[in-house]
Amino acid sequence: MGRTSGLLYRIRGGVHPSDSKEPSAGKEIRRIEAPATVTIPMRQHIGAPCVPRVGKGDEVLVGTVIGDSEAFVSAPIHSSVSGKVARVAPQPHPAGGEVLAVIIENDGSYRRDPNLEPPGPWEDMEPERIREAVRAAGIVGLGGAAFPTHVKLSPPGEYPIDTVILNGAECEPFLTSDYRLLLEEPDSVLEGIRIIMRAVGARRGIVAIEDNKPAAIKAMESSARGSGIEVASLRTRYPQGAEKVLIANLLRREVPSGGLPMHVGVVVNNVGTAHAIAQYFSQGMPLVERVVTVTGSVVREPSNLLVPLGTSFAHAVEACGGFTEPPGKVIMGGPMMGLAQHTMEVPVIKGTSGILALSREETGYSVPAEPVCIRCGRCVDVCPMGLIPTYLGSYAHNEKWDLLHRLHIEDCIECGCCTYTCPTKNPLVQLIKTGKAELARRKQQADRREAERREAVGESGEAGKDE
Amino acid sequence: MNEHKLIVSTSPHIRDPINTRRIMCHVIVALSPVTIYALVIHGLSALWVLAASIAGAALGDFVMQKGRRIPVTLDDCSAILTGLLLALTLPPRLPWWVAGIAGLAATILGKQMFGGLGHNIFNPALVGRAVAFVSWPAYFATGYAKSAAIGIANTATHKAIEGTVDIVNGASPLAAMKYIYDGAAKAPQGLFASNYYKPLLLANPWGCLGEVSALLLILGGIYLLATRVIGWRITVTYVGTVAVLTAITGRDPLFYTLAGGLLIGAIFMATDYTTSPLARRGKVVYGVGLGVVTWLLRFWSNNPEGVMFAILFMNALVPLIDRYIMPRRYGSAGEAKEVHSS
Repeated sequence: MGRTSGLLYRIRGGVHPSDSKEPSAGKEIRRIEAPATVTIPMRQHIGAPCVPRVGKGDEVLVGTVIGDSEAFVSAPIHSSVSGKVARVAPQPHPAGGEVLAVIIENDGSYRRDPNLEPPGPWEDMEPERIREAVRAAGIVGLGGAAFPTHVKLSPPGEYPIDTVILNGAECEPFLTSDYRLLLEEPDSVLEGIRIIMRAVGARRGIVAIEDNKPAAIKAMESSARGSGIEVASLRTRYPQGAEKVLIANLLRREVPSGGLPMHVGVVVNNVGTAHAIAQYFSQGMPLVERVVTVTGSVVREPSNLLVPLGTSFAHAVEACGGFTEPPGKVIMGGPMMGLAQHTMEVPVIKGTSGILALSREETGYSVPAEPVCIRCGRCVDVCPMGLIPTYLGSYAHNEKWDLLHRLHIEDCIECGCCTYTCPTKNPLVQLIKTGKAELARRKQQADRREAERREAVGESGEAGKDE
Repeated sequence: MNEHKLIVSTSPHIRDPINTRRIMCHVIVALSPVTIYALVIHGLSALWVLAASIAGAALGDFVMQKGRRIPVTLDDCSAILTGLLLALTLPPRLPWWVAGIAGLAATILGKQMFGGLGHNIFNPALVGRAVAFVSWPAYFATGYAKSAAIGIANTATHKAIEGTVDIVNGASPLAAMKYIYDGAAKAPQGLFASNYYKPLLLANPWGCLGEVSALLLILGGIYLLATRVIGWRITVTYVGTVAVLTAITGRDPLFYTLAGGLLIGAIFMATDYTTSPLARRGKVVYGVGLGVVTWLLRFWSNNPEGVMFAILFMNALVPLIDRYIMPRRYGSAGEAKEVHSS
């Protein structure tokens, strides 16, 4: 009960960059108005993108479903404002490229869709009904990966779940949105983990927080007192919050290669996700806004904002006083795994945990044209997966596909510790990502060919068989 | 919308400030006390050895890179470090031109021939030393200083040591003890290996430049550990293995740790990134292997010392170690077993 203490949970490998959370850590979450038009992309999660359910000229209200999909691995998307659909067209997406989006003219009145209602008390709700509610609310993993939460809450029967971990590590430097939620809404977070535990039938619940956030740990502990939910203090080290790392630290269980947390009886959710679930159960409002940390050395007033989805990055930064100087790089997420943007006109989506703007100097390291390795072994020491990044990078560079497979490149979680730590500035994780993608493509191709061959052989084989 | 250009690249977007040059400079800093002290003890002849060795190593790099029409990388300080390390393994009375040739061999044969920084199999400084050692063995066997009174050891001990050194015409402490243990020479009255502890730690004129003070080498090693340039595994397992095997053989482990090239080898040579294993477990295997080979060479070869050849020998095994001793991979334990818990 209470705090899971004793040893501080330390991770194997990892790096410890300056956490840079100070500029925004003390700022209370502040709700901002949506801009005059919001751009809501139909792809905001891993899985099947949504199909628009509204067309040009349609009236929408806050919480109206504007996109949905028949696929299981998908989640509906709702309007974050009330107003009129201006158009449905491809728009720049923060994850790259252009994606079909519903553009809504905000009438500024934020009228709530009257059909919305809380799904009822969860305490005696069937797990299946909880999952339906979570899906209806459009909730996806808010840590950044944006995996549809109802899918995570639906482990098949052969994998009983005994533990739910709420990930409040927030190990990425700069980001403070989870920290602020833990500090300001601990009761809601606690409610969220209890709903999740009921949905998956788990008996044990742990809220895991890095020890550079003592105030959050304290707030969570006092909220959790007597509830049976544990609060674990993690040693501050990136990537402490990576799912597989977290599970190994807290439970001494390792997710098998290629497996999922449910294979070791665990479900991991972000604290923001738990909060969103609790909010839906208490107010009936689907996921139409989220907490975003807007920070970085060139942001005038680093803040934690509650932002309506579809708000442009430019608008969110304006709400923080704008830039003090033109940024060198604007990143969605943290500096270790975030995505660099080419324009400020991309919208905040469900997976936007932060908007980080770095100065030109801060990003001004040079990457060598021809990667050199002095074999210092730092990348090997920091790899939380126990891989050999320097070999993987070199084999990917030299297109040695079979060797990449033999050295388990697919186990790489792309945390970037190897690249961060490399003294010769070798872009290791970048090479590894390329190698992984190419290997996956080749495997897909081979599988297709094999299936075709089987089909051809199978038919003639059937005919020739005489038994 | 007037928009300035944004840099777009894949994550991570921040980097540790560490770089190759910084690492090399840390090692040079770690070696500077012992280097300065060596110049104090050995005087001008040591300075020529040092200068020729560094100049040779730098020239070797420069000529090869010019010849290959690739960028000259003297600014990463690795050639200077190689020359410095080499000088510290050379006898103070070595003719300067031998030191210069050794320096050239270090970077040309030891490094650039394999493709340059990061590609060499053998420790470049030790390749340079090996070339000089096998080409001009006489300079390495004898001719170490008969000590001017250093005033560290007490007079009786000092006389005893002087007596031993005299036996074999200026031999190193390791050589002297070898002659005594092998029965080739008789120990003077009152001489024990333990008499050497203090001079070896604080002021040892009977050896190569880098052997003048074990204490300063250890301090250098602590500096490298503190700055995370090296880990403890190779050094500790190497020295530990030598000490244990020496004790088992019935000789004085502390003497054999402090004497000769073991400390400089274990702290500064065996830990060379390029020529040592990548994985931590591999480093332990490597360190133990180094200890075993050093022990074998010291006690059962014709040479009193075995550190150089032990490191070169184990360097050759590093690719093999790296191939078979990998880090424990996350999730590898669960693959064979039933996956979910009770």
